[in-house]
Amino acid sequence: MALHIIVPVKQVPDPEHFEKITLNRETGSINRAGVPSITNPLDRHALEEALRQKETAGGKITALTMGPPQARKVIEDALAMGADEGALLCDPLFAGADTLATARTLSAGIRSMGAYDLILCGNDTVDGATGQVPAQIATFLNIPHVTYVRKLDILDGGKAVAERKVEGGYLKVEVVLPAVVSVLKEINDYRLPTVMGIMEAAGKQIREITASVCREFGADEEKLGSKGSPTRVADVFESGLKRKVAIITGEPEEIARALVKKLRKLEAI
Amino acid sequence: MKDIVVWAELREGKVVDVSFEMITKAVELGDTLGGSVIAVVIGDTCSSCANELISYGADRVVAVEDSRLALYQSGAYARVLADVLVDRAPEVTLIGGTSVGMDLAPRVAAILETGLTAHCVDLYIDTIDGTDQLVQVVPGWGGKIMIKILCPEQRPQMATVRPGVMEKGIPDYSRKGEIVAMTPDLNDDDFMARTLEFVKEKETGVVLESADIVVSGGFGLYASGGFQLVEQLADALGGEVAGTRPAFDHGWITEERMIGQSGKTLRPRLFVSVGASGAMHYTTGFQKAKVIVAIDRNPDAPIFTVSDIGIVGDLNTIVPRIIEELQEKKIQ
Repeated sequence: MALHIIVPVKQVPDPEHFEKITLNRETGSINRAGVPSITNPLDRHALEEALRQKETAGGKITALTMGPPQARKVIEDALAMGADEGALLCDPLFAGADTLATARTLSAGIRSMGAYDLILCGNDTVDGATGQVPAQIATFLNIPHVTYVRKLDILDGGKAVAERKVEGGYLKVEVVLPAVVSVLKEINDYRLPTVMGIMEAAGKQIREITASVCREFGADEEKLGSKGSPTRVADVFESGLKRKVAIITGEPEEIARALVKKLRKLEAI
Repeated sequence: MKDIVVWAELREGKVVDVSFEMITKAVELGDTLGGSVIAVVIGDTCSSCANELISYGADRVVAVEDSRLALYQSGAYARVLADVLVDRAPEVTLIGGTSVGMDLAPRVAAILETGLTAHCVDLYIDTIDGTDQLVQVVPGWGGKIMIKILCPEQRPQMATVRPGVMEKGIPDYSRKGEIVAMTPDLNDDDFMARTLEFVKEKETGVVLESADIVVSGGFGLYASGGFQLVEQLADALGGEVAGTRPAFDHGWITEERMIGQSGKTLRPRLFVSVGASGAMHYTTGFQKAKVIVAIDRNPDAPIFTVSDIGIVGDLNTIVPRIIEELQEKKIQ
């Protein structure tokens, strides 16, 4: 049973370099210069899962992203990893979207891809980290969703069974396909692109999807981008939960004695 | 209506702590907005937990009961909660950010086409452009920057909050409230994703959130070859062991003991950090501890800016002396 699996991926700033992000206190704008971009790590686990399912069942994988023109890079990476085709949702009208408007845009993009069996996402991203988009895509497409998935088995008859992690254990969830499934890193170890994969990627298609295509597939343009975002950023400021530290110096024994004395005095121990 | 709805989550029949934390916050918001606090609980037979919800501050408890809802069902729960919200039209809806809450909230927000802000570290009402609005504060970029988010027009304004970030109030068992039990109108479409069973996994017995004393270790333990010093210090202090993400990645701690933005948020009486430089996404996990002690060999480590007591030096020579000092005092 060949599967068409769609994998939304996101280009995010590399968290190893988050310390470099600065805030201009006057303008309130964030400076990300010097911070390289990567594919959101959990999305790579999602793509790996798609590749494994395809290896078992056959079919095709479409990687999709919504972003500025440079986001094309994450699609190229996905194609190099083994996705068959890609799509870049890019349009000024998409800019400034919160999770709801993002999910609406991605859903319209997905609707333009014809029939599909499964949408595999990373459970959350390293930047926004809301984890809200997968469930919201499912709502707009009127299909079920399962999040926090660490194991997925696709069965015959258009169903899948997932192990869905919860506090204290897991839920065994049976879901009718098509569905949105978002995955945790424990689901697999993802492969790296091979040289062959990179070369083959050059011959694969990346379709560009604009707002007017989204409109064709049911999206109301007033409900995309910042216009379609019920939430908005009102202010940005530096967090300042600083304390005045008292440094204890001396030989290790002296430090130990002084620390224990001080902690007793503070009634901390 | 300026009401606040809180979705109360059940785990094995009992209301989880974060739901009480949300009710406490809802009471505070309700005082400013002049509205009531409504707790919604969904499950098999769940009206028995209503009294506890009322004691924490719920004015009314809506108990949606059906045997098919004993376990979390993502489609059914979302539709049921959305229906209650359409009916009550509250100003604000709060959902505890457990793995279940984080799954339920976005679907409900999408059904209602309203705004939802995840992992809020602060929530309060402010008058902006003439209307009372919920200010939702979230950390950005690993906690370096704080972001204030608003949902100016759509209602309800929805927010999720991680367990332990906000305080649970003190229950008043003499409080009275209204309890409404209702049977939902469910159909097959609500169960396209169907939870078949809950499988319990090894009880770690770790309840970090209730520990008075926590000793946390970071990457600095690498040179020591492991976490023994952290464990011994925790033992000597009578506290629990915790660690940073690198500590988890190295297998020195399990995920339940990981502190920080993507781990646990704690507020113990004493928090001792050993060998961790203090990246924001780690320190947000314990910044509300009463007393914070940091031990690190780098005098410029940012952890010293968020600590009460700092020790600059080699943890391999200092920590054993501290353990000795504690044990010596004990014998006396």
